[in-house]
Amino acid sequence: MPTLDPLRLTAREAKRLLVEGEISAAELAKVYLDQIAAVEAAVHAFILVTADNAAKYSTKVDREMQATRGPLAGLPIAIKDNMVTEGVTTTCASKILSNYMPVYTATAVRRVWEDHVVMLGKTNLDEFAMGSSTENSSYQTTRNPWDLATVPGGSSGGSAAAVAAGEALWALGSDTGGSIRQPAALCGVVGMKPTYGAVSRYGLVAFASSLDQIGPLTRSVYDCALLLQHIVGQDPKDSTSVALPESIALPQGERLDGLRVGIPGEYLAAGIEPGVRARFDETVARIEELGGRCTEVSLPHTEYALPAYYIIAPAEASANLARFDGVRYGYRCADPVDLLDMYERTRGEGFGPEVKRRIMIGTYALSAGYYDAYYGRAQRVRTLVRRDFEQAFADVDLIASPTTPTVAFKAGSRTADPLSMYMCDICTIPVNLAGLPAISIPCGLSDGLPVGFQLIGPAFSENRILRAAHALEGAIGFAPAPTFRDSAAGVANDAGWSPQPGGLCAQALREGAS
Amino acid sequence: MIGEDDVRYVAKLARLRLAPDEVARMTGELAKILAHIDKMSELDAAAVPPTAHVLDIVNVAREDRPQHSLSRPDALRNAPAVSDDCFRVPRMG
Amino acid sequence: MSGWEPVVGLEMHVELDTQTKMFCTCAVTKGDEPNVHTCPVCLAHPGALPVVNRRAVEYATRIALALNCTVQPRNIFHRKNYFYPDLPKAYQISQYDEPLAVSGWFDYWVDGEKLRCRINRVHMEEDAAKLIHAGGDTGRIAGSDYSMVDFNRGGTPLIEIVSEPDIPSPEAAREFLQQLRNLVVELGVSECNMEEGQIRWDANLSVRPEGSAELGTRTELKNMNSFRYLQQALEAEIPRQIGILEAGGTIDLETLHFNPDTGTTTPLRSKEEAHDYRYFPEPDLVPLVIDPAWVEDLRTTQPELPEARVARFVEQYGLSRADALLLGGSHALAEFYEEVVAAGAGAKPAANWTMGEYLAHLNAAGLEAGHGHVTAERLAKLVKLVADGTVSTSSGKEVFAKMIEERAEPEDVVEKHGLCQISDTSELEATVAQVVAANAAQAEQYRAGKRQVLGFFVGQVMKSTGGRANPGLVNELLRKALEG
Repeated sequence: MPTLDPLRLTAREAKRLLVEGEISAAELAKVYLDQIAAVEAAVHAFILVTADNAAKYSTKVDREMQATRGPLAGLPIAIKDNMVTEGVTTTCASKILSNYMPVYTATAVRRVWEDHVVMLGKTNLDEFAMGSSTENSSYQTTRNPWDLATVPGGSSGGSAAAVAAGEALWALGSDTGGSIRQPAALCGVVGMKPTYGAVSRYGLVAFASSLDQIGPLTRSVYDCALLLQHIVGQDPKDSTSVALPESIALPQGERLDGLRVGIPGEYLAAGIEPGVRARFDETVARIEELGGRCTEVSLPHTEYALPAYYIIAPAEASANLARFDGVRYGYRCADPVDLLDMYERTRGEGFGPEVKRRIMIGTYALSAGYYDAYYGRAQRVRTLVRRDFEQAFADVDLIASPTTPTVAFKAGSRTADPLSMYMCDICTIPVNLAGLPAISIPCGLSDGLPVGFQLIGPAFSENRILRAAHALEGAIGFAPAPTFRDSAAGVANDAGWSPQPGGLCAQALREGAS
Repeated sequence: MIGEDDVRYVAKLARLRLAPDEVARMTGELAKILAHIDKMSELDAAAVPPTAHVLDIVNVAREDRPQHSLSRPDALRNAPAVSDDCFRVPRMG
Repeated sequence: MSGWEPVVGLEMHVELDTQTKMFCTCAVTKGDEPNVHTCPVCLAHPGALPVVNRRAVEYATRIALALNCTVQPRNIFHRKNYFYPDLPKAYQISQYDEPLAVSGWFDYWVDGEKLRCRINRVHMEEDAAKLIHAGGDTGRIAGSDYSMVDFNRGGTPLIEIVSEPDIPSPEAAREFLQQLRNLVVELGVSECNMEEGQIRWDANLSVRPEGSAELGTRTELKNMNSFRYLQQALEAEIPRQIGILEAGGTIDLETLHFNPDTGTTTPLRSKEEAHDYRYFPEPDLVPLVIDPAWVEDLRTTQPELPEARVARFVEQYGLSRADALLLGGSHALAEFYEEVVAAGAGAKPAANWTMGEYLAHLNAAGLEAGHGHVTAERLAKLVKLVADGTVSTSSGKEVFAKMIEERAEPEDVVEKHGLCQISDTSELEATVAQVVAANAAQAEQYRAGKRQVLGFFVGQVMKSTGGRANPGLVNELLRKALEG
């Protein structure tokens, strides 16, 4: 069996090894279970590790399916714990669901299960997907493997950290305002939010119904496309799901000739820290080196997207979370004196502070007399944000921006000020409002921490995005792996990185230069 | 702006029991968030149609054909309290 | 009630007889054990999503068309948010300002007079689950120790029909509701079984000075689960409101709960302020765009509605308006009547027998038309036997009763019990002669001018012949015998 580095192995490569018989599914699962055993105490990415099931199932895959059948068979995956999995507890990182045992499975998860992936466990998240650091989890705070004193981002922080830390080959997360892309950026992995409706939401515990989407977190763009292929598709159980006009293609190619990329000035004005800006500018230059053309575009209503989101998402969430009332499942407070007491104490005790804040805002925004000023207005702003993108895409093929304004921040540094936490999503939120697809890929380090580069496309342009991201990824040649240093503990182990001569990037330059 | 009475009213609507100090803290936090949200009122968006659905699809419906329901044990599996095969809740009066 | 007039509006909810629930594929059934027709959707498990039942939309549209509504080109669902144990999502998926249909009307009859009530809207929503209150004496919330929820019913398609306040009296309200129920049953979209709560209603009542066009403040009346209770509740509430207004007070916009034991209404002790439902468009469902061609297709395939059938009965069978209303007003009885006619009975006698003996039998036995112990064919035969003189009318009633008892054909009953009408002149002459001879005093009275004594003789002849003598012939022969 070859020595595998879980911090670097891709699904593509793992599949090749399985198919060529160089490794068995059970051995592959063990690599990840061993890594979990090694680093989980520092990272806390998983709420639940299903080690026994993973070991048994991977053995079964070897025995019955010869690991060659099916593109996903035998590949170990982590699932964010807000997707219901029959027979495996699903908590949404909340006390109110701490004992919830689903009686059905989310469609997207069922699809990959049917393709014989090996599930390693359920990953940590901000409670009910509300947050940008995973610090809102009621169970544990996940740490960023690049610097354990920092956050992995959120809400899919557990999934991002697991992939970055080599605790999973790849993972599923969910994105409502940036919850896949932002943690992907902070953890130096690839994360993609598909077009709204591309992946079924059936079984995804709803946060904001008109914004939520499930998507992949992976180590490469190719892996991202591979996983996405298997979760997209119309689902009769989700009225808001649609069939993609063209199927997902596995990306090829190294050039970006003829690609027109728009850079929105409004995003760059949004408090982007210098290191992030520098990596962004370098990546923009790379696009041009690969034959693409970058121009400035304007998305004039960008500054109104965050306020609109912080009405729409909490409003929908306030209704979506009302079902957690202690009647049919989940937590119920002790010794309620009557029904009202049961409702109020169950929810008061079961929900964490951020969830309560958002329920309150949402309820307020929808309450009598406030609908037009808040929810009604936010829905109109949403139309303006959509139109901004539509107009921009008349002139460019993709839009690029930094994924987040900063790199991973210290745990605890923003928890006292909810607004400062909301600002993490300034570059990602407008995409959800418009229902568009977008990817984040690592484009470098700043102060030793990963920086994410975001590509946004028109609705159903997943293939265009994946092709461009794949070529760009090749040119960037992002190679470092997290070092599990802990700046708070004074353990210095800086990755440091610069493009290596003779790497793909240099080769492309030699061949493409004219 | 939002005051403690509003917060108490909204908490009631949302069936959230807030401790007295929570009410005070929540009021401050919500006021700040709402102040930021009020940025939207700079825009004159009255003539713009609202987006209730970002997808342009209509008429999704299904046939009227029964499929398997959950068994009763599965339906009650997660119930915090059960009585006579029903979900039991504390007195409502 | 001098000087005042009542104004009534009704809000009705009808459960549809679809196979599956409104937003999930659980079966819609009745009478099963608790919680055997549930799924993640109708139990509101995390992650579950609704999907619209196409047939429910069709049925709702049929109701809207039958009520002459404008079917909107586009309609959407809204979330109506409140907490209650029978509402698993803590919101009901309903419709708000973009409903299925608006602006219709319903013509109905009160004491032979046709009234029109405008219909404000028809919309679709889902029914709540069933709550059972335990531990108290009455089965009501007050006094109970705990409650139980059965989610079998939760999610059943529910159609809301809201009338304008056009109904002018408690009696009219009762007729309106009864006839609207018939209409819905005729459409085949719901059995509207009242014991099962398949049709429910609340009433809004206000009073105003006679002839005034303005509306007074209304109260809402709930918990009337029979048509009779509806009328009773309104009859109790009208004088209460008048009393307040005449004393110079004002009516509070409140909800009153009808108590069937006392026949009165009392304000609901509401522990909380009026509901703030925080309606917003349902993001998990997409809009319904209604194809006008599809609506036309429904319109042309609507079943015959009562109004049309009543008119047809008048036209086709020559019935009076009143008889046509009684026979044609409801599907089951109308169907039975038409079968009797189709089996060869004359339209008018068939009508008389159906409205008379047959209906009396149904009422006595507590049965629905078509499910009585006399089939249409048998009744038709009986009608024909009477029509051709084989059996007298009064014997016919006896035959009818025995047909039920013995579940037998009329001719068999007639034969077995010797109920043939005696129309043989010579036989009757003999009997007449006997009777006249045996009652000389009365014969004298008759000849002296006391003509009503004839009845006595008729009675005697009938007694002597066991009621089987042909009455017409008896009369004739008696006169001849007495007048000599």
